[in-house]
Amino acid sequence: MITETIEKKLIGPKINFNKGNVDLTHGSGGRAMANLIEQLFMREFNNEFLSQNNDQACYQVTNGRMVISTDSYVISPIFFPGGDIGSLSVHGTVNDVAMSGAKPLYLSASYILEEGFPLSDLKKIVISMADAAKQAKIKIITGDTKVVERGKGDGVFITTTGVGVVPENVNISSNKAKPGDHVIISGYMGDHGVAIMSNRNNLKFSTTIKSDSAALNELISSMVSSVPDIHCLRDPTRGGLAATLNELALQSKVGFIIDENKVPIREEVASACELLGLDALYVANEGKCVVICDPSNSQPLLKVMRSHPLGLYSEIIGKVIEDPRHFVQLKTKLGGMRIVDWLSGEQLPRIC
Amino acid sequence: MKYINDFRNGELAKAISHEIIDIVKSDKHYKFMEFCGGHTHAIHRYGIPSLLPENVEMIHGPGCPVCVLPMSRIDKAIKLALLPEVILCSYGDMLRVPGTDQKSLLKAKASGADVRMVYSVDDAISIAKTNPKKQVVFFAIGFETTTPPTAFAIKQAKKLYLKNFTVFCNHVLTPVAMDSLLQSKEVNLDGFVGPAHVSIIIGSNPYEVVSKKYNKPIVISGFEPLDVLHSILMLIKQINENRCEVEIQYTRAVKRLGNPISLNLMNEVLELRNTFEWRGLGFIDKSALQIKSEFKEFDAEMRFELPETIGKEHKQCICGTVLRGIKKPKECKLFEKVCTPENPLGSCMVSSEGACAAVYAYGRIN
Repeated sequence: MITETIEKKLIGPKINFNKGNVDLTHGSGGRAMANLIEQLFMREFNNEFLSQNNDQACYQVTNGRMVISTDSYVISPIFFPGGDIGSLSVHGTVNDVAMSGAKPLYLSASYILEEGFPLSDLKKIVISMADAAKQAKIKIITGDTKVVERGKGDGVFITTTGVGVVPENVNISSNKAKPGDHVIISGYMGDHGVAIMSNRNNLKFSTTIKSDSAALNELISSMVSSVPDIHCLRDPTRGGLAATLNELALQSKVGFIIDENKVPIREEVASACELLGLDALYVANEGKCVVICDPSNSQPLLKVMRSHPLGLYSEIIGKVIEDPRHFVQLKTKLGGMRIVDWLSGEQLPRIC
Repeated sequence: MKYINDFRNGELAKAISHEIIDIVKSDKHYKFMEFCGGHTHAIHRYGIPSLLPENVEMIHGPGCPVCVLPMSRIDKAIKLALLPEVILCSYGDMLRVPGTDQKSLLKAKASGADVRMVYSVDDAISIAKTNPKKQVVFFAIGFETTTPPTAFAIKQAKKLYLKNFTVFCNHVLTPVAMDSLLQSKEVNLDGFVGPAHVSIIIGSNPYEVVSKKYNKPIVISGFEPLDVLHSILMLIKQINENRCEVEIQYTRAVKRLGNPISLNLMNEVLELRNTFEWRGLGFIDKSALQIKSEFKEFDAEMRFELPETIGKEHKQCICGTVLRGIKKPKECKLFEKVCTPENPLGSCMVSSEGACAAVYAYGRIN
């Protein structure tokens, strides 16, 4: 009873999430920070690891290979059609872990907040992270909050780190593509980048496109359980499909031939790209994967992928070829051939 | 999108390609220049060379506004951007173009200059309105396509009594450049695939003089791949039939007389410069526009004292000869080895419309 009263005193008054703003005390290690952690992060992320109130989370190590991946999120705008920086910071890191074939288990979340950032927005972001984590069946088990002075940040930056465990017999790596392998993508390309662009201050055009931001771990899990022998898996985020294929070509020391007619691109995305002078192959995705596998496995994989809501529009788009120059070649809609080169410079700044 | 996809139809492309193969005379070599970078881009992006017979050769022209701007003007823009009171607004392509000593607007930005990428001159006006204590300079570049919006913005600035908005005017003219290219006789051509968007503004009539004077057929073409293939077919027909005309393939957008509203707007605000330097082509008389004296308060060259600059090109860069269609990008010693889109040494490697960038991005298969 006595301890409860002391705890209540320590936690202090209720934070006004409707009208308040982040101030420097929220990151200073004092009572204000403790209040924020208790009333927002602990409450929304609520799990047995966080409630131990330690500076670290302790969990049992499973037998087998573990995977770790980290990513920082600085996207602008913070809220966009189809998601926000919070859900993106869960999906992005879950996907990076899942692209090894692993089952993602836990996440850490670290926030850099700018003085003056509305607490109402922070709350929205944290709730969105909690929802995304719940949907992805993953727990956010440790975290950190820092506040920087006004003008030294841009609202909120989030870093998440994910750990997972790889099932037995699964050995996916970006250097394993072999000539003859098939290339599959899990759906429409370019939705995320176009959704973000359409909401930039200086570029107001209306579109119904929503970001495809989503956690792919369930889809990947069903894929590796039916076909464990997948050679490469990659999520085509920054730089889009073009960047991903060029990276894989270099790492596996192969080339690619892709059929433009097979690459699914929504008409709205294609139109927006025309308008902005972009190439949809270079536009970012946050809920898609590129799969490279033996040709004998491509049809079974396609079937599994198409039976999952996040893989409905999966297509085999091309194949791996021998090429000492490691070019990604595209058979164009017109019937000609051209190179899909690395992206040079920035096509779209701060899209993730 | 329907109206775009229709112009990228593979079956139709095959049909036109077959017709071209059928009608070309086997003993003749056809050499056409696509004047615009937009066409160069389309030709390489869709792999059009692989659809043409070997004796039909396409060479790129100087129609890339970013590429033809001489270094001295880029150096001036960088100097403007570095003035503490200035916000320099520019189209994105311009930011990475190297000036003297490999300086660029992007590098100036990194060292503290306030350089902003805009999609339209309208954005620059808005920035001027919201930053009354700053001098907003719009870096105006381009052929006749981007000129009317600049003229309109200047008129608007006058109407709004905007005291902190000026234009650094670098607009250049197309038919004069064509004339200059042909006059030099450095490059043998059988005809031109003529500009698309430029011709929407100026129409097809201004090309009649050049076409007659040098006996070169011109077919004004849209920027879609089927437009380009169709225009090449029309050019081959003209040559086979000994005709020399200015024809419009891009009939869905181009009229003989152009767009009179835009032309009037340009005439109202802008006038011919006596001479202007083009990268690769040198100084060409009456080839560019400047702001009329009635609007001089909006002329950045009047408001700011800018020292004369002499651009120093990289010694081995052959952008100049590439722009004149004399050499091809792959003939440059720097191409792909030292000069890449990540590290452009010449302007043709920067803009996606630049011949070197187009060949680098799409054309290295063979």
